[in-house]
Order: sequence, then C-alpha cells, then structure tokens
Amino acid sequence: MSDLKQELKEKIIEQLNLEDITADEIADNDPLFGDGLGLDSIDALELIVMLDKDYGIKLADPKEGRKIFESIDSMAAYISAHKA
Amino acid sequence: MSNTYYIESFSHVKNGTVYVNGEAIFKTLETDFKSVMKAAYKNLIVDYPKFFKMDNLSKLGVRAAEVLLKEESEKNMAMVFSNRASSLDTDRGYQDSIKDPTQYYPSPAVFVYTLANILMGEISIKHKIYSENCFFITEEFFPETLSPYTTQLLDEKKAEKVICGWVDVDNGKYNAFLYVVAKKGTFVHSDAEINRLYKTINE
Repeated sequence: MSDLKQELKEKIIEQLNLEDITADEIADNDPLFGDGLGLDSIDALELIVMLDKDYGIKLADPKEGRKIFESIDSMAAYISAHKA
Repeated sequence: MSNTYYIESFSHVKNGTVYVNGEAIFKTLETDFKSVMKAAYKNLIVDYPKFFKMDNLSKLGVRAAEVLLKEESEKNMAMVFSNRASSLDTDRGYQDSIKDPTQYYPSPAVFVYTLANILMGEISIKHKIYSENCFFITEEFFPETLSPYTTQLLDEKKAEKVICGWVDVDNGKYNAFLYVVAKKGTFVHSDAEINRLYKTINE
C-alpha cells in the first residue's frame, strides 16, 4: 500500500503540473482539494482519467470522486479495492 | 467624433526578455519556451502555482500582462487581444495525445486550453477583471483591427481602460506585446503610435 501511495503522489505531481512540490511534502491524509494541495475541478477530471488509464478503474458517477479523491489514503484504498 | 485616448504603459516578451515601456526588466539565457517561462515566473510572479498548469499561450499572456496589471487598481478593464496561430500550438499537442485509438484518454486539463480566448480568462481570474473581451486572429500584428473596437468600448463607457495587443505562440516561437489604453497616458492611442511601440522590440 505504501508503494501505491508513493506512486500516486508522484503521478499527481507530474500529471497535474504541481511545480515546486515533492512527493515527500504530501502527507497521506492531506486534503487534495481546498486548503490542501489546492486542486480544482479540472484536476478532478484529470484524476478520473488517471484512474481509468493507469488502473483500469472507470468511475460511472463522477460524484463518487468527492470521497475517493479526499486524500492519498482514500485514493489508495479505493484503487486497492477496485483495481482491474 | 470619438475622444482621444492614450497608451498608459506597454510590455513585450520576446527572446527570453521581458520589457516594460521598452526597458528590459528581466532577461534569461534559457532558449526553450518552457524554461524561459519558468525563469520569468520565478523572477516576476509571486506564488501563483496555477501558472504551471496553463498552456504556452496563457503562460505568455499572463506573463506579459503581469507587469502591466500588478499595480493596477482599475477593475473595469476590457481586453482586446489578437494573434496569428490562435490556440494551434495547444491544439496540435491535444490532437497528438488522442491520435492512438487504443490509448484514447483525452486530457481535460489540455482540452480546456484549445481556445485562444482562454488566455484572457486566465488574466481575468488572476487580476479579478470582469469586463468585456474579444480575441482577433490575423496574419500579423495589425493595430487597425484592435483600435476601433478599443475606442468604441471607451467611448461607450463599457470600460474605463482596455488592455490590448498581440500574444502569439507556435512551435516554440513566441512574441507578446500588450498595452493599456486609458483616458490619460504617455502616448496617443493611434495606429501609427501603436505600431511604433510594437516595433521598439520587433524591428
């Protein structure tokens, strides 16, 4: 699980162009949106594409993303449970 | 009979250099666009990480506008921009990313920039500007396209000021020239004067 969390941090930094942030600076339970990493609605869509492309997980209802993308912890837990 | 307006200030971004009113305020020896923009960001824009999510056209426009708007208090400001390549630089990248049907994962973050006028949205967000905007596509910088519309916006009191100009990026080549038109300023807002200021760097 810790490998997956590290991988997610690195993917998020690269795919969302989070310049000047390193994986070490993102805590597993940091909020990804709002006051945390400050991601926005376009970033949320980008994370949905990332789930599909890299883990074979399709979100039928984008509203599900709200819970899944709360933090690295919640993303890793969801991917572990649903990975194709 | 329309009123006489003036150019308050102007900026250029070209060949790794940012100019304000004809004076270089930043220069980098980097040559590729991405490195130039990163260097210019670190030097001149404070803590705005959204900059790195923008496409090349928006980065260039935001960069060129920053030096004119960072101290500007007038929010009733219209925008009249132009360029040659529209958003083609980003369109090509997007097209390239979806051409393989077996790897068809369109990126929302890239797709949102496949319109030239998004750059005016980015400037509006950064500087909290809410007024009218218009983007013209022309083969080369042509003030005669911009000035009548700019004058009309001011005459009809649709805006107190207008930021105008040229922001063009295509295949690593880039060139930006922006100027603010107002009721007071240093240079008369005329096509000849706009051309002269444009050519101070683009000769």
